[in-house]
Amino acid sequence: MSTARTRTVLFLAPGLGWLALFMLVPVGIVIADSFFQRGIYGGGVYTFTLENFARAFDPLYAGVLLTSAKIAGLATLAAVLIGYPAAYAIARGPKHRQPLLLFLVMLPFWSNYLIRTYAWIVLLNREGLLNQGLRMLGYDGEPINMLYTDATVVVGLVYNYLPFVILAIYASLSRLSGDLWEVSSDLGASPFDTFRRVILPLSLPGIAAGAVFVFVLSIGNFVTPDLLGGGRVQMVGNLIYDQFLSARDWPFGSALSFLLIGIMMVLLFAQALVVSRSQGEHHG
Amino acid sequence: MAQFTRALAGTALVTVALGGPAAAQSLVISNWDGYMPEDLLDRFTEATGIAAELSVHATNEEIMGRLVAGGGAGFDVVFVSSPFAEALHALGLTAELNHDLIPNAANLYPEAQNLEYDPGNTFSMPYAWGTTGLCYRADLVETAPTSWTDLLDPPADLAGEVTMLSTDRWLMAAGLLALGYSVNDTDPAHIDEARDLLISATDTLLAFDDTTFYSRLVSGEASLVHAWDGWCNYGTAEDPNILFVVPQEGSDLWVDTMVIMASSENQEAAHAFIDFVLDAANHRWVAENILYKVPNEAAMAGLDPALVEAFPNLGMTPGELLEMEQLRDLGEAQRDYTRAVTEVMAAQ
Repeated sequence: MSTARTRTVLFLAPGLGWLALFMLVPVGIVIADSFFQRGIYGGGVYTFTLENFARAFDPLYAGVLLTSAKIAGLATLAAVLIGYPAAYAIARGPKHRQPLLLFLVMLPFWSNYLIRTYAWIVLLNREGLLNQGLRMLGYDGEPINMLYTDATVVVGLVYNYLPFVILAIYASLSRLSGDLWEVSSDLGASPFDTFRRVILPLSLPGIAAGAVFVFVLSIGNFVTPDLLGGGRVQMVGNLIYDQFLSARDWPFGSALSFLLIGIMMVLLFAQALVVSRSQGEHHG
Repeated sequence: MAQFTRALAGTALVTVALGGPAAAQSLVISNWDGYMPEDLLDRFTEATGIAAELSVHATNEEIMGRLVAGGGAGFDVVFVSSPFAEALHALGLTAELNHDLIPNAANLYPEAQNLEYDPGNTFSMPYAWGTTGLCYRADLVETAPTSWTDLLDPPADLAGEVTMLSTDRWLMAAGLLALGYSVNDTDPAHIDEARDLLISATDTLLAFDDTTFYSRLVSGEASLVHAWDGWCNYGTAEDPNILFVVPQEGSDLWVDTMVIMASSENQEAAHAFIDFVLDAANHRWVAENILYKVPNEAAMAGLDPALVEAFPNLGMTPGELLEMEQLRDLGEAQRDYTRAVTEVMAAQ
């Protein structure tokens, strides 16, 4: 073995070992568990069954999966629509100001996720700041309850994941040479055409990365629907959480996790495809 | 001497903190957050020289999951509600209690020494007991609630201002009691009926809430909540308009117990902890601090009458409590309950 090969193996070993031990093994256990029957008090009874998967496709639970996909999809769409212009503005702005703007985008991460989400309850509840503000402006009807709906959950998810989208799109926009705009306009394209036919396609990998990120994090999320959905908006993450921590039906929870992992893998694969294709076009 | 024991306790703590070999007689105790006075463990350590650390769980189900997954490893004394103590016993995870090491058990009410789930307290010691009912803002409801139906199908003015407990036994109990069934009913047809009733109740629900319902009453976000008696008192403490009522159909008698893990290597110290809690003065301090009834006759006798006046449900007698139906472990039927609750939660 050459020294270069030895070095590669040596450098990869800790990372691969970590992943194997703390990701592959737990995922393997989850997959195995999903084929067992549940014990009365939790754990599994080691009898093979496909019942957990059959149950997951029951309209009731399939409906939860669809709701989750809908909420995650809306959150992704909103995050991209809000995040793209922000990323564009930062990337096209003066170079010396970019570090500060990026720093501001990351600032919310200085506080805890739970606290950031709980703050929305303080803002939106029936006696919350927003209702108090409305009353000060002269509104005197019943207080408006803005919490515990699908829309509130979407707002919470967008709020928390927007920085990821901005960073991902910024990363791909900032790699584009400023000459592209000049060349395009010299060749007679309007600024809108330049954006639509040159910049947007080239920033597609950034959009894909950001979007997949938001979608994958959103569809498995259980904290935001729990707090901002008041337990009334049930996403698949809550369903899985409940199976392990309250219903004590680990095999069913495992089957649901397995399906979720499947969905995520398909999406990540699709994203990889977008990236490699656009790179192919770039170089080819 | 006191200084010496304190120094000794300090050493034990340091050993644990350093992750060295587990010092003999150092306890890990798991309880609900805020369910015992903050200084109780320090007082225990001061009195006995035994170091103890607190681990918290949010629900019975959560600690149950940890104990089942790990065979009870890592915990010495665990606080769980009686049906869960019963289940832990059935799984062989609890230690047999040695009453010679718990002389203070004699302080318990006779009724609390002979409860259905564990007559003679062979594997569990009652810590607090009470019932479940309706907690409401008297100034925000037009008519005071009297029935479980007021919770499940509230009058129009309360729609969207109601919360319910979501942990399986208590959520199901609300449905079963409203239909006139037992809180321990295992008939699948009755369970389905209760489930359907609960699904229809989610239309008028503000949220499911097991932990912050009393603060929602205080803020006025909710007007009527499904609550444990002692936890309703936390609301009353902040707003005297907050009252508790046991619905006319009756309710459950729940008992939160202390159990010792069979796997514990500190059996003697664990017994010493339980004995310490059951001491009349200590257990009274618990009741005054957490505002829940304790099943300790000697402790309750010393309770400040002003406290009972401010929080009337502290004055419920053992006789009144035993009129309620005692929550029992359901065995196999637990599967049907959790499935029904999952279906209620998943229905939108």
